[in-house]
Amino acid sequence: MNTAGIAFSVLQGLAYVLLAPLLLGWVGKVKATLQNRRGAGVLQPARNVYKLLGKETRVAHTASPLFRITPYVVFVATLLAAAIVPLLATNLPSAAVADIIVVAGLLGLARFFLALAGMDVGTAFGGMGASREMMVSSFAEPALLMAVFTLAWSAHSTNLAGIIDHQLSDARLLPSMLFALASLVLVAVAETGRIPVDNPSTHLELTMIHEAMILEYSGRHLALLEWAAQIRLMLYGALIANIFFPWGIATRPSLLALAMGMAAIVGKLLILGAGLALSETVAAKMRFFKTPIFLSLAFLLALIGLLSHVILESGG
Amino acid sequence: MSGEVIQSLILILAALVLFASFVQISRERLLPAIHAFAWQGALVAVVTGLIAATGHVPGLYFSAALTFLLKALLIPWLLHRLVRHLKLARHREPLGHPILTVVLAVALVIFSYWLVLPIVAHSLSSTRNILAISLAVVLLGLLMMVVRSQAVAQVLGFMSMENGLFLAAVSATQGMPLVVELGVAFDVMVAAVLFGVFFLELGEGGELHNVDRLNRLDETRDGDL
Repeated sequence: MNTAGIAFSVLQGLAYVLLAPLLLGWVGKVKATLQNRRGAGVLQPARNVYKLLGKETRVAHTASPLFRITPYVVFVATLLAAAIVPLLATNLPSAAVADIIVVAGLLGLARFFLALAGMDVGTAFGGMGASREMMVSSFAEPALLMAVFTLAWSAHSTNLAGIIDHQLSDARLLPSMLFALASLVLVAVAETGRIPVDNPSTHLELTMIHEAMILEYSGRHLALLEWAAQIRLMLYGALIANIFFPWGIATRPSLLALAMGMAAIVGKLLILGAGLALSETVAAKMRFFKTPIFLSLAFLLALIGLLSHVILESGG
Repeated sequence: MSGEVIQSLILILAALVLFASFVQISRERLLPAIHAFAWQGALVAVVTGLIAATGHVPGLYFSAALTFLLKALLIPWLLHRLVRHLKLARHREPLGHPILTVVLAVALVIFSYWLVLPIVAHSLSSTRNILAISLAVVLLGLLMMVVRSQAVAQVLGFMSMENGLFLAAVSATQGMPLVVELGVAFDVMVAAVLFGVFFLELGEGGELHNVDRLNRLDETRDGDL
């Protein structure tokens, strides 16, 4: 059981690493179709990463060692965070070691290093991107934690597997869940750098956040950073899909249940990715100084979720 | 639909009523705030209809229909026309302290929850938890009248207070007597019409939109205050 559990955990981590580029490719493909373009294939982000891994890595001569280790720190921290979020099965050892606050912390660590590396080389864009990223995250993280507290309060656990088990055993339509879902979706859009907060497909200097920080990277460093960003997108997708729509996830570590869980999560992520592409097609990127309004809406939604849990559900 | 599903639906709708109040307070422009008010009226009407269905109170269906007609269609339409007539549709009135206002609003929600706790403990009605929400909607309407200086926005606050009162009556005691309810509904109607006429008259005279300027005589200049 235990060795099988560890094996399944490793398998789940591998699934994150391998499926993340495909998810981004799927989003891009749907977006292109919606905009009447043919678009690149679903495999394009994976091809990009593969190509970059084979290219020569150049580092600016003003760069400190921090600049070199950042891609590895970011990639490993993001992957660790992803391994904690249940993708295929709930009762895995990897989910038991840490809870969702650790996930937020690991993502924060990755962001911290990325912002330092952005400022490290000393170019104007890097510093600008870093300061913007810090501003967005300082608004997004309270909203994320507030939504998490709402979930944890009803599930009596901050452990993700515990929350999902609670959702599976006691599936009711509750106002707090609805508001937490809305808040988490807004936070996920901001944290993964999608429209309307950041535009992932442009190098237009005045609008970029994430691209501005990784502007000086090349070769395998760039590949790792892009791969980490893809994993982060998939992490938030899996978080939303499995917490709010947990049906189909494997609760027993058997191969059949795992295959079922795989099919379920692929279906859910396809739907979520199509929804993201649709919202990016109809919405325009907002002015950067409107971002606090967007994220304070997320915070307000999470807060109302928490209040409605206390007011409406606890006495019930 | 089973009873439990309807119960959770009522709770969700009640939470959305509260959210509509927050939206009304924090929108800078008038038209989105009026739309939020219309949605709030529609939500209150649906909650009333659902309570009528679960409690088998046929009189409440009538109240639900009346609420929907008045507060989701007629009054928003009147206000809409007023705003367009006064050419305020593109006017924005930034809140002085947006974050502070929201924090204050949240504090009011918590306060009303704390206030209602003893009543909730003694009540047996399945919708008793909504009482705190309705009290919060009343207080948020009051807060809106305090923080907004736009006259039309103050009317919105007043009307949404009435929404809260109606929700409280429906959730705590299965609705008011029909006579009272009709009276209140027509009061609100008349108030809306009167506000409309009042604003139109004042609007002809010039600077109306800001209530803060109404407590000053025409003769005094800015420097004299």
